[in-house]
Amino acid sequence: MLTCKDASHLVSHGQDRALSFRERWGLRFHLWMCGNCRRFERQIALMRRLLRQSDQRAETEVADHALSAEARERISQALAEQQSHRSKPSA
Amino acid sequence: MNDPNMEDPETWLDHHGSALYRFALLRLRDAQKAEEVVQDTLVSALQARARFNGGASVRTWLIGILKHKIMDLFRREAREAPLESPDLVSADDELFAEEDFFDSKGSWREKVSDWGNPEDSLERSQLIAILQRCLDALPNRLGRLFMMREVMEESTETICQEMEISPTNVWTMLYRARMGLRQCLDQNGAGRARN
Repeated sequence: MLTCKDASHLVSHGQDRALSFRERWGLRFHLWMCGNCRRFERQIALMRRLLRQSDQRAETEVADHALSAEARERISQALAEQQSHRSKPSA
Repeated sequence: MNDPNMEDPETWLDHHGSALYRFALLRLRDAQKAEEVVQDTLVSALQARARFNGGASVRTWLIGILKHKIMDLFRREAREAPLESPDLVSADDELFAEEDFFDSKGSWREKVSDWGNPEDSLERSQLIAILQRCLDALPNRLGRLFMMREVMEESTETICQEMEISPTNVWTMLYRARMGLRQCLDQNGAGRARN
């Protein structure tokens, strides 16, 4: 019989590797019996969904962040330098 | 421009600079590093623009380069940070002990709360914001590793190679990161309305 502690490890590992047949069925049985671990599994799954979504969310979530004027200036200069290297390779 | 679909590189900074910056900031959690990596990305893009095939949008192409740059940075930091102990797992023992969560029989000490499945985008955004703060609070290496896995969506194999640690160590560290984040999220209000 798996303990909740064992089950929590398997829930996590299941996100990173394929569980063995035995692990999978042991976990499934435990989850069937255990509400705490079912909720735990849903929490872990939700964390993953939220983080993988954060690509699309990036815009709204840090929407008030933008490149500072100084950074813009610096990058602009670096790009200009790069451009001039290209047009005058001997320079 | 040779490629009529290619935007003028002069406009990249204006059109994509802040989007790239936000993307980097979310992952690096450090304004200065984010700026540097954006500069790096645009300079590399300029050098490599002949290889841009016009299939994807410029934004997608630039984000692709940016992802590589961020991974490079993670890798460099992982190399530079000397390993205090070869067993990385023990380096973040202060995060929590398993006994905090489980009793001697291996059962949960406290009822696991129901976070539900928030569909509402505001609720989700709030959760993501809490999650980000919790990620910041993780021990550095653990946070990086978790970021690689969950945000950059790298495979365990890649992470093992990049960080030069064994799969078992990676899985254990990811477990610790998830347990820590879960607790942090729980304490900071996830599912509060429901329980």
